[in-house]
Amino acid sequence: MDMIEFILNNQRIKTSAHAGITLLDFIRDHQQLKGTKTGCREGDCGACTILVGTNNEGRVDYQTITSCISPLGNAHGKHIVTIEGINLPKELNTVQQAMADNYATQCGFCTPGFVVSMTGFALNSAGTEPAEYHRCNDAVSGNICRCTGYKSIEKAGFQVEKKLLEKNGNQQIEWLIREGFIPDYFATIPPRLTAMKREQSNGSTAGSGHSYQPGTITNVANGTDLYVRHADRLADEAVRLLGNEKDLKGISFSNGICTLGANTTATEMQEHPQLQAIFPNLKKFLKLVSSEPIRNMGTLGGNFVNASPIGDMSVYFLALNATLTIGKADGTERTIPFQAFHKNYKEYDLQSGEILKSISFKSFSKNDYFNFEKVCKRTHLDIASVNAAGRITVENHQITDAHFSVGGAAPIPKYLAKTAAFLIGKTVDPKTVSEATEILQTEISPISDVRGTAEYKRLLAEKLFLAHFVELFPAEMKGY
Amino acid sequence: MKNIDSYTHVRGESLFVNDLILRHDALFGLCFDSPVAHGKIKSVDYSKAEALEGVVKIFTHQDVLGENQIGGIIADEPLWAEDEVHFWGQPIAFIVAKSEAIAKKARALINIEIEKLPVITTAKEAKEKGSFINAPRSFNLGDAKAAFADCDYVLEGETFSNGQEHLYLETQGCYAVPLENGTIKITSSTQGPTQVQKTAARVLGIPMHKIEVDVIRLGGGFGGKEDQATPWAVMAAVAVQHLNRPVKYMLNRHDDMRMTGKRHPYTSFYKIGLNKELKIKAFTVEFLQNAGAAADLSPAIAERTLFHATNSYFVPNVSTTVYSCKTNLPPNTAFRGFGGPQGMFVIESAIAAAADQIGVNRRAIQEANLLSEHDEFSYGQIARQAEARNSWFTAKERFDLEKIEAEADSFNQKNKRFKKGVSLMPICFGISFTNTPMNHARALIHIYQDGSVGVSTGAVEMGQSVNTKMLQVAQSIFNIGYEKIKLETTNTTRVANTSPSAASSTADLNGKAVEMACNSLIGRLTTVAAKSLSCEEKDISFREDFVFVKNKKSDLSWEELVGQAMLERVALSENAHYATPVIHFDKTKEKGHPFAYHVYGTAITVVTVDCLRGIYEIDTVKIVHDFGKSMNLGIDLGQVEGALAQGIGWMTLEEIAYDENGRLLSNALSTYKVPDIFSAPKTIETIPLETEGSELAIKKSKAVGEPPLMYGIGTYFAIQQAVKAFNPNYKLKFHAPFTPEKVLMGLYETEEQNHVRQNGKTTDSNKKEIRVRK
Ligand SMILES: Cc1cc2nc3c(=O)[nH]c(=O)nc-3n(C[C@H](O)[C@H](O)[C@H](O)COP(=O)(O)OP(=O)(O)OC[C@H]3O[C@@H](n4cnc5c(N)ncnc54)[C@H](O)[C@@H]3O)c2cc1C
Ligand code: FES
Ligand code: FES
Repeated sequence: MDMIEFILNNQRIKTSAHAGITLLDFIRDHQQLKGTKTGCREGDCGACTILVGTNNEGRVDYQTITSCISPLGNAHGKHIVTIEGINLPKELNTVQQAMADNYATQCGFCTPGFVVSMTGFALNSAGTEPAEYHRCNDAVSGNICRCTGYKSIEKAGFQVEKKLLEKNGNQQIEWLIREGFIPDYFATIPPRLTAMKREQSNGSTAGSGHSYQPGTITNVANGTDLYVRHADRLADEAVRLLGNEKDLKGISFSNGICTLGANTTATEMQEHPQLQAIFPNLKKFLKLVSSEPIRNMGTLGGNFVNASPIGDMSVYFLALNATLTIGKADGTERTIPFQAFHKNYKEYDLQSGEILKSISFKSFSKNDYFNFEKVCKRTHLDIASVNAAGRITVENHQITDAHFSVGGAAPIPKYLAKTAAFLIGKTVDPKTVSEATEILQTEISPISDVRGTAEYKRLLAEKLFLAHFVELFPAEMKGY
Repeated sequence: MKNIDSYTHVRGESLFVNDLILRHDALFGLCFDSPVAHGKIKSVDYSKAEALEGVVKIFTHQDVLGENQIGGIIADEPLWAEDEVHFWGQPIAFIVAKSEAIAKKARALINIEIEKLPVITTAKEAKEKGSFINAPRSFNLGDAKAAFADCDYVLEGETFSNGQEHLYLETQGCYAVPLENGTIKITSSTQGPTQVQKTAARVLGIPMHKIEVDVIRLGGGFGGKEDQATPWAVMAAVAVQHLNRPVKYMLNRHDDMRMTGKRHPYTSFYKIGLNKELKIKAFTVEFLQNAGAAADLSPAIAERTLFHATNSYFVPNVSTTVYSCKTNLPPNTAFRGFGGPQGMFVIESAIAAAADQIGVNRRAIQEANLLSEHDEFSYGQIARQAEARNSWFTAKERFDLEKIEAEADSFNQKNKRFKKGVSLMPICFGISFTNTPMNHARALIHIYQDGSVGVSTGAVEMGQSVNTKMLQVAQSIFNIGYEKIKLETTNTTRVANTSPSAASSTADLNGKAVEMACNSLIGRLTTVAAKSLSCEEKDISFREDFVFVKNKKSDLSWEELVGQAMLERVALSENAHYATPVIHFDKTKEKGHPFAYHVYGTAITVVTVDCLRGIYEIDTVKIVHDFGKSMNLGIDLGQVEGALAQGIGWMTLEEIAYDENGRLLSNALSTYKVPDIFSAPKTIETIPLETEGSELAIKKSKAVGEPPLMYGIGTYFAIQQAVKAFNPNYKLKFHAPFTPEKVLMGLYETEEQNHVRQNGKTTDSNKKEIRVRK
């Protein structure tokens, strides 16, 4: 059996524990580190937030994740940091002091999670950007506090932001250590991770927990969907951790086609300069998707295969008229239009032994417009009541190409073929859009559930469709 | 002074039940609960589960050696169901196994056959069928019936406010350990250690002194752990009694949400009468409280609804009645505000409806009816130190309401897609347990011979920082360094027969007891000091860790003085008992003076609605709040902000949904949304009202836990105003929470739709046809 090796805080771990147990259980029960709390075990409260440091050619990049829905095997080769790992020996670190100063802790149960998230923010902050109040709020978008009402936490965040303005972007870790954000052992982590990797490739341990029997394997990308529902089963059964498969990673452009590996996370999309150029509102769109730790984890492949009728990334890529590349069991590949992937409620075109490899779409010209909309009960960290996306090509005031999708309004993320067809050749104006919504109504079939009544979802789908035009063509849509 | 737990909290070093290192032979419990909301149990087959490797024993009502009964106010709730089940999630058995994972697997192997019986999920239906917990209660003042005849405007209407999940971040849990001679120590996450002790003794059939309950701290309670922390602790204790091994039981989030009760949903029918001067002359309400399947605290909560039915208004003719309706939901329970918010929502709705009908601003009616000094509440108490008008006018002035409203108006004129709404929300909340006998507390204080101090009280620390306040009280009397005083865990062997930490009164009751104990100790130490320094007792004072004589520092340090007292065999421990004076209430007449004092305040709320998408943001909440003389403003402001956020959540996004079979649909954090950092108001500004405070409040610092929650009600009416600004055809509805769904439907409803909806079925949201797609 392969061993899983990583650094936990300041300690090297080598464990034969099952790769499919959660990192949270490993931390709390195997290592008896009790500072990381259990609030929900479904990624929705942030009490279990930890940092994962990944070695990038000698520089370690840290991200927050929720340890309750993350497989232990994914820690292989990484630096895992819990609240204990950011405590200074005798005093509070800068983030902790800010929290205490601002009365930002009441019952204290959520607090370690907030402190870890804010420390992650400090580790990532380049330090040079101007002070925008509440930037730190994004970093705690995955943390729920039931006691404080958040204003005190926001103030603590502001205090941290102000301090970070003094940071020199080139000396990340050294500066943070000097200013009391993190303990000094952090400086030793990059060489230690590099050494660990070298030892592993020398064959001392192969790593990553491929401890399964063929035939009973669950594919796990980053587990944010699987672990919410099947954590107990995955703690016993064999898992194939797709996260270790290099060819599923990466975003590339060639011949006007953008291709994203199935393991691409929302965070990787959001940080990608070329994607940012195509989608000027990318950050705004993706901020509506889950929370920062979940965006750090959740992959495109996982979102497509989870096949939720309201999957945000499915809706996003449907409107991009994307193409899916599927790796077959025999090692060959096949491609299908993404619109053909989802067949019926939670049914999709993937045979046993197949995995998603990548998704690609035609890059944008200056005539291409894109918009993404999502409305839920709570604007952030919530699943949509209805979400919608649209890619519209307008040349000389005429719509020459259009693709629309809507989620939460049918058994699958719905590609609105008829609505789009109707619009081709038309000009953008309120009357045309209004006529198109009538066709849209014939294409959707929402049901009533906890996320809203069918009646509501119909109205919302229509308004979000309208919102594409209001957002993209304000001049033409005057009056809204 | 900061929360004394800040240091360990931010470092993740504070201990909660789940963090205790277990004894090596500890076992793990898990409840097997009813998969239907109402039915007769035909058979349960535990054989497969029992046969699973690692399962130690499965407990049922047959293993109860005492009484299978946990009902506090009314004995109507078995610990484990016997022949019938009355709610989905009702405990039937308790699996004890070597690990939690094994217990979960075992649970899936239990086979149960149940004959389903009809299910009631709404209070209305319960009332129609005559299904009640107890007899209704009514408060009366003046003659409402007669007064309506003289009113210029009379309106009737219906309101609904939904339940609310506590969502304490730490789920329910306990760890029970056998000691010697059949004694069991339970570490529990409970607001009511004595309740756990008493109930465990009752169920186990042993005297209370054999049960020790210890509470370190709670990761939030909000009322949800007042009564409902008890069953889990008792189950674990039963298992310990039989197995003589430690048993831990932490509920996972889904089990916790499914099995525990919540804030009570209320359906209410009001009638309000006003004269031309906008004075409310008569007000009647029939409250239907959805109590769930057993009494729990419902009768007490129903009572508080009546106490607060007129909020901070004086109404000369009032008649209110509340029915605790028995349904097949989990027994609903205490939640910050304790029925008060539900009462206030109704009168605020009635005022909104009246304003709409008469064609005046809602706030004109509010303002015309604010309580004044010497006004009588419907329960006979006379308003004293009434700050309703003071807080209202201070808010208007200090926050420049005119400007806020003018800005909102001009914004609304300029914008089509976005509309703003402004509301005012005054509050008046009575402090004390309304059940007079519960208003007492004790403190036990030890001064150790090295001068360090240990303070035990009946107060449970759950984030409200009561321990910090207790420390401040002790410190202010001893005048020694804070680090010399330690707050102990809450433990039934040190402080017995406590009332739960609830009703916002924990700091008052326990703080007064601490004050009394410290004063006795300081009295004795004064005698020792006077003797030692050969001076008169009246010249002695204590400051900066030293004894002062005539305000001059002597050589006698605190430590030396304590050492001296030891030598002289002076008692260095003190136990004090405090019972709130003055209060009384006669339930046969429903009149009296139940509250030590009232807390007042006024909030101004501004929201912006995105009328294209039906979503909203809260721009600001500006509050003038009556803290009395706050003894810790930082902490008290935190209570205001936290309570406000919960109130806003209750009024906006927190939507409990049961299907018609009584199954909870909003059963996880993915389907039940509480406010996150982005849904909090963009700014909250709180100005402390300058008031005298009450002698009955600890250090004149008024109770602050619950009252500010009700500022959140203002959000409902601010959103409503914005919706109306966009859509004049919108017909006011009083059906909380005001979810984005209701906002969008309201923004685009037409006159025709109004008509259809009014004549169609009622809008009780519990009843919608629901399926789940994830
Ligand atoms: C708190 C929380 C909030 C969330 N919020 C949102 C949200 O706002 N919007 C939204 O759309 N989703 C949301 N999700 C759902 C989830 O995060 C996403 O669907 C995510 O993209 C799943 O990716 P993953 O890598 O974690 O999937 P995993 O859980 O690892 O896998 C999901 C499924 O996909 C399969 N799979 C994964 N990769 C491949 C592959 N390459 N080939 C074949 N099969 C594969 C797995 O076998 C599994 O069946 C949320 C989840 C959580 C826990
Ligand atoms: S425990 Fe709630 S996010 Fe992990
Ligand atoms: S301080 Fe209690 S949940 Fe945040």
